[in-house]
Amino acid sequence: MNASELASSYDLVVIGGGPAGLAAAATAARAGVATVLFDENPGVGGQIYRGITANPVRNRAILGEEYWAGSALAAEAKASGASIVNGATVWSLDRTLTVGVSIAGQARMLTAKRVIIATGSLERPFPIPGWTLPGVMTAGGAQTLLKAQGLVPTGRTVMAGNGPLLWLLAAQILRAGGRIEAILDTSSRLNWLRAAMFLPDFLLSPYFKKGLALLREVKAKVDVIPVGNVAAVGTDKLKEVVADGHHIPADLLLLHQGVVPNVNLAIAAGVAHRWNDRQLCFAPVLDADFQSSVPGIAVAGDGAGIAGGTAAAERGRIAAIAAVRALKPDAKIADPQTARQRLQREEMGRAFLDELYRPVAALRQPEGDTIACRCEEVTAGQIRETARMGCEGPNQMKAFLRCGMGPCQGRMCGLTVTELIAEERGTTPDEVGYYRLRPPVKPITLGELASLPISEAERKAVER
Amino acid sequence: MFKRLGDTGATLTVTIDGKPIRARIGDTVASAMLAAGIDHCRTTPVTGAARAPYCLMGVCFECLVTVDGVGSRQGCLVPVAEGMKVETQLGKREAGR
Repeated sequence: MNASELASSYDLVVIGGGPAGLAAAATAARAGVATVLFDENPGVGGQIYRGITANPVRNRAILGEEYWAGSALAAEAKASGASIVNGATVWSLDRTLTVGVSIAGQARMLTAKRVIIATGSLERPFPIPGWTLPGVMTAGGAQTLLKAQGLVPTGRTVMAGNGPLLWLLAAQILRAGGRIEAILDTSSRLNWLRAAMFLPDFLLSPYFKKGLALLREVKAKVDVIPVGNVAAVGTDKLKEVVADGHHIPADLLLLHQGVVPNVNLAIAAGVAHRWNDRQLCFAPVLDADFQSSVPGIAVAGDGAGIAGGTAAAERGRIAAIAAVRALKPDAKIADPQTARQRLQREEMGRAFLDELYRPVAALRQPEGDTIACRCEEVTAGQIRETARMGCEGPNQMKAFLRCGMGPCQGRMCGLTVTELIAEERGTTPDEVGYYRLRPPVKPITLGELASLPISEAERKAVER
Repeated sequence: MFKRLGDTGATLTVTIDGKPIRARIGDTVASAMLAAGIDHCRTTPVTGAARAPYCLMGVCFECLVTVDGVGSRQGCLVPVAEGMKVETQLGKREAGR
């Protein structure tokens, strides 16, 4: 679909085509709600089911059955009657539920009666010395290359960090015939103490057996080294990984210390967010139907707080059922109770995982010359010093140092900057707050803006 | 850094800084560059440091390249097409030298 084929308004606009977005669009469209789903990637699936509709990996065992479960969701959304538009970048959303979207260089503004933001998560910043060197990449990035393009790391590969995704990716690389020199496990032993109280729930959750099997599979083949710090060393590209006195020559370093909600669109739309101390991130304030502080806007999936792909789909269904009930009170729609029960089951083991894989402070709050803001090359030392001089928050920090003002719009440094300021000023991240974000939340060209349809009368009107 | 897993499917040709490389249908500009062994795609505007694709999911903006004359496109979000012209980018200071 190109931009000119879009309607000027929809009952429901779903933003993001991962599990939450697909389930939401399918649920709403089946109930007769005029639904459009925008996704900026070439195909649906989001990151967890990346490449699900056109996957080059023939051997299904490599990615695992969990991954292939995504094809049922994609098929359900396709059959539901929802308009699904890939290659569509949403760059604006406001309190009037006006959505700015660009497709193949053409921009349109359209209105929605309800919006479900399903923009998911991104990997938590992993600010270590040398993390900007070519050859250093996120684990999620390498997994995307495997899922969508069938690319496997070759040469000397080192992984560092912790979290379920790190172990899953390690297993997938090994199954695909790849080799991993070492996994540098940055988990703190003390995490076990905090996690232990949530162990009973975890034992009952679907993650327990799967997780244990994955750990066994990987540890049988790869050297796992517990470390307290990690640095990437090289001049123009990665040469070696240094951690706690270990020097490991490497061509590729894959970093991961969990995922956090991708908040840019929701914050720019005015959705209230709050610091979540267990997940160490900002997450939107939502009700049981995932409705936000902005009337008509819901946030579903991992964007609502990290709970994983299966939970994301249930959250999408719950948010969509609420939208259908508001838009078409007479429509036949399932009771959300079933989805709520499934969601509860999925969320059971989460507290244990959050505590067990809680990233250590040293790897969230860097020091000295370590780069915090990759775009503007602002160091942790500069941010700490500026906070000590009296800078109270991330928005003032922009004025001093330009951190968060580069092309990624704070996605790679926002949490680091907030936590550094909080630490230096002896206050909480909630008190410090996050970057004020404004549309366009993704860059668009002047040509795209100029392509917005406008009437002669509008062109001559006095602007406010 | 990366190799193709088995059957790579239909291929096409794109140019990177004028040099033709084979890419697979389904590649993005960023994945095609990584598969071709190109070790960086731009330099930074502040210090001129080399950068390569980092997140592959549209959030880090490290894979910015010029695609068919349009600068600062996110290479990981642009699917390759036959004959596409991709150019690596220089940070502003270097470009002015």
